[in-house]
Amino acid sequence: MAAFIVNGRRTTLDVEADMPLLWALRDELALVGTKFGCGAGLCGACTVVIDGEAVRSCQTPVGAVEGKTVLTIEGLGESGLHAVQKAWIEADAPQCGYCQSGQIMAAFALLAGNPNPTDADIDDGMTNICRCGTYPRMRAAIHRAAALIKT
Amino acid sequence: MTIALSRRAFVRAGLTAAGGLAVAALVPGFAAAAIASGEPWGSDAAFGPEVGPFVVVGPDNSITLRIAKAEMGQGVLTALAMILAEELMCDASKVRVEYASAHRNLVDGNVYQSMGTGGSSSVRRSRVFLQQAGASARERLIAAAAAQWGAAAEACVASGGVVRHEASGRAATYGELAGAAARITLPTEPAIKTPDRFALIGSPLKRFDTPLKATGAARFGIDVKLPGMAYAAVANCPVFGGRLRSCDASKVTARRGVLAVLPVTNGVAVAADNFWRAKEALAALPIDWDFGPAASTDSAQFRAEYRAALDGPLADGGGHGDIAAALASPGKRVEALYEVPYLAHAPMEPLNATAHWTADRIDVWMGTQFPEQAIQLAAQAGGVDPAKVTVHNCYLGGGFGRRAVNDELTQAVEISKALGRPAKVVWTREEDIRSDRYRPQAALRMRAALNGDGAPAGFEFTTAVGSITRSLGWGKVENGVERQAVEGLANCPYRAGALKVLVNLRNTHVPVMFWRSVGSSQNAFALESFIDEVAHAAGRDPVEYRRALLADRPDFLAVLDALAERSGWGKPLPKDVGRGIAIHESFGTIVGEVAEVSVRSGEVKVERVVACVDCGHLVNPLTAAMQIESAVLYGLTAALFGEITIRDGRVEQGNFDSYPIARMADAPRIETHFVLSGGDKWGGLGEPGTPPIAPAIANAIFALTGKRIRALPLKNAALGA
Ligand code: FES
Ligand code: FES
Repeated sequence: MAAFIVNGRRTTLDVEADMPLLWALRDELALVGTKFGCGAGLCGACTVVIDGEAVRSCQTPVGAVEGKTVLTIEGLGESGLHAVQKAWIEADAPQCGYCQSGQIMAAFALLAGNPNPTDADIDDGMTNICRCGTYPRMRAAIHRAAALIKT
Repeated sequence: MTIALSRRAFVRAGLTAAGGLAVAALVPGFAAAAIASGEPWGSDAAFGPEVGPFVVVGPDNSITLRIAKAEMGQGVLTALAMILAEELMCDASKVRVEYASAHRNLVDGNVYQSMGTGGSSSVRRSRVFLQQAGASARERLIAAAAAQWGAAAEACVASGGVVRHEASGRAATYGELAGAAARITLPTEPAIKTPDRFALIGSPLKRFDTPLKATGAARFGIDVKLPGMAYAAVANCPVFGGRLRSCDASKVTARRGVLAVLPVTNGVAVAADNFWRAKEALAALPIDWDFGPAASTDSAQFRAEYRAALDGPLADGGGHGDIAAALASPGKRVEALYEVPYLAHAPMEPLNATAHWTADRIDVWMGTQFPEQAIQLAAQAGGVDPAKVTVHNCYLGGGFGRRAVNDELTQAVEISKALGRPAKVVWTREEDIRSDRYRPQAALRMRAALNGDGAPAGFEFTTAVGSITRSLGWGKVENGVERQAVEGLANCPYRAGALKVLVNLRNTHVPVMFWRSVGSSQNAFALESFIDEVAHAAGRDPVEYRRALLADRPDFLAVLDALAERSGWGKPLPKDVGRGIAIHESFGTIVGEVAEVSVRSGEVKVERVVACVDCGHLVNPLTAAMQIESAVLYGLTAALFGEITIRDGRVEQGNFDSYPIARMADAPRIETHFVLSGGDKWGGLGEPGTPPIAPAIANAIFALTGKRIRALPLKNAALGA
């Protein structure tokens, strides 16, 4: 049994404490915007934000989320698109789109901690894999989102 | 429990889960309100009059355009809709797109022609008939209006979703006319627009699917959830060609959520009520494999075999002139051996499929590049007539060729049939990488004989490579040669006194298939590296030498000259940066790339890539540029890191630690320029950006360090500290 807040809603789950949050979100809560890419903490497709930090949910057991606040891609834009999402759309970042939820959540957390990232900060902070190679456009989108957030 | 499952019921389930079906694009232009659904599979139900199989007009003037290709990131939903809309003259803000039905294609005389997505062919092969479909629908709407008004069709004009008769001032919307238009047969098909009259084609347009992908609303196969669905994890036999001997199901059946342990094609599956439970149980399952005859093979052995295979027996892969005489001529000789490894596709979305089998019908949800073939696979696995199979194609989380053959689907159908309920099979990343069908391993021996002035008297290219045709069992190899093995070599654009291509098709137990740009992926590496070697042997600049050898190829020359200019070829660079060039034609498109590469403490970093592209015409310059960027990064990953190796018959790599993919910090600046020759040429775009990048990088490293890279990936090259 685990109780936590997902996208602003109090949630109680009767699952094993060691079930990764990824699978609890996807298979138990039908929040499938968060993706499975590697299951080993290597790709970031499963990135969600927990208490403000970008976290790889495939490596985060449900038991460790007890009492915490989880934000997924579904929650990010719930009351209108977030600046990061707007910037992503303006910059035409996604291709196949599969990695993009994780990328957007990682960018959201990066900008929360660093409202003015340089290219080097983006290199360091954005470590998720995109097999379609959308990196140049995501980089532009992050700069754009930084500007949007400031206005 | 049995489940009565209709598509509608699933859509309702999807609605609750997804919190909304369609997200309207929030950007200006044609896409302002054009809609792609989060669930893109087409409807079985009639929901408005069809004006031809591609166009449905609703009474509310909504226009549904059916797209018979799969969206895997290349922007095909947008590009093909643009082609239809170019002729249809509809109200763009009322357009929505969805996939055409492969089931309909099967039972209704191939109305959508080939629905396979691959070979960079979607625009190349569909443009004419899509323009025709759009024009035909427009003329039928006009004919319906004309008949209604007793006017001449020639006096009526269609635009913005309305037909008008100027003389009488009458007007009717497409919605009002659709019912009548659907019953009209035109005496002759209208002529389609020529490129000089395009209003939409050729202008950049935001993709319809972007908002869905920025909000998590795009549904991939892996996201599908059906009532009562079982989740299955699969262990494929670790050695290709081996089989399951037995497994001890009793060790795992009591675990929470586990439903069954089942043998499936190529391996064994555990089904549970949650994927993680299935995967954990599978990991705990004792499995006894019969690894089969290939269990003692390894990559060192394969490498030696491919090298040895260059000495024969060799089949004739084409050419011209007298190569023996050229090679016997007294001038300079250049010879080099190039080698490439197997490569995995590793699409970001691991392979998966969901099937719902019943005795008289199978429904499939997955992302497939080849829905017609998926229908056949499901029918075979489920023992059902192919006409009773419906494939609900989803967004594809990357394809790159891998999703053209759906091994995972066979397993999903087997499991659903055995359990009597819907089943979703998901391959873990390890299964995805270890049970791929790979880009073939190859060895290439390149020979040139030069005249006194450095011009080539002859080229002889010999390749030893796996046969994709044989591996897939698709058709027959004639005379020991297949197109994939020689593409890029047999059509070598460089002028030489003689050219001979020799081939030894040789397969190991490792299955091989189409990998983004197919044969050109290895052949361009060999040829464009070799031309660089030859240029240096002749004491000439690589661009200037290529230019001389391309004198009778004005199409290549235009790209080469643009590339030299845009890249600043010959301009000074920082001292730890080198510049390399490569140019290659594949899928009807010429792409030249210049890479600027630094080597610092043995670390290779690609700093900048300039690409010049001649694909003849463009439909959507935005998605075209995105495809070049994507193709460059796909090839860059392979050049730097990509390698599948075999030990004890099995793939050694398993996840992104052992099969690394370029990340943000590895990504160069990429500048794409289109050098369009127009005319009749409509080249592909998904793949042609990939072949030149590996040789451009390798040539840059040579320019910088003097070390010639003749085997990929680069991570294995000792480039010093
Ligand atoms: S799925 Fe979690 S990091 Fe890849
Ligand atoms: S958009 Fe396809 S993996 Fe990133």
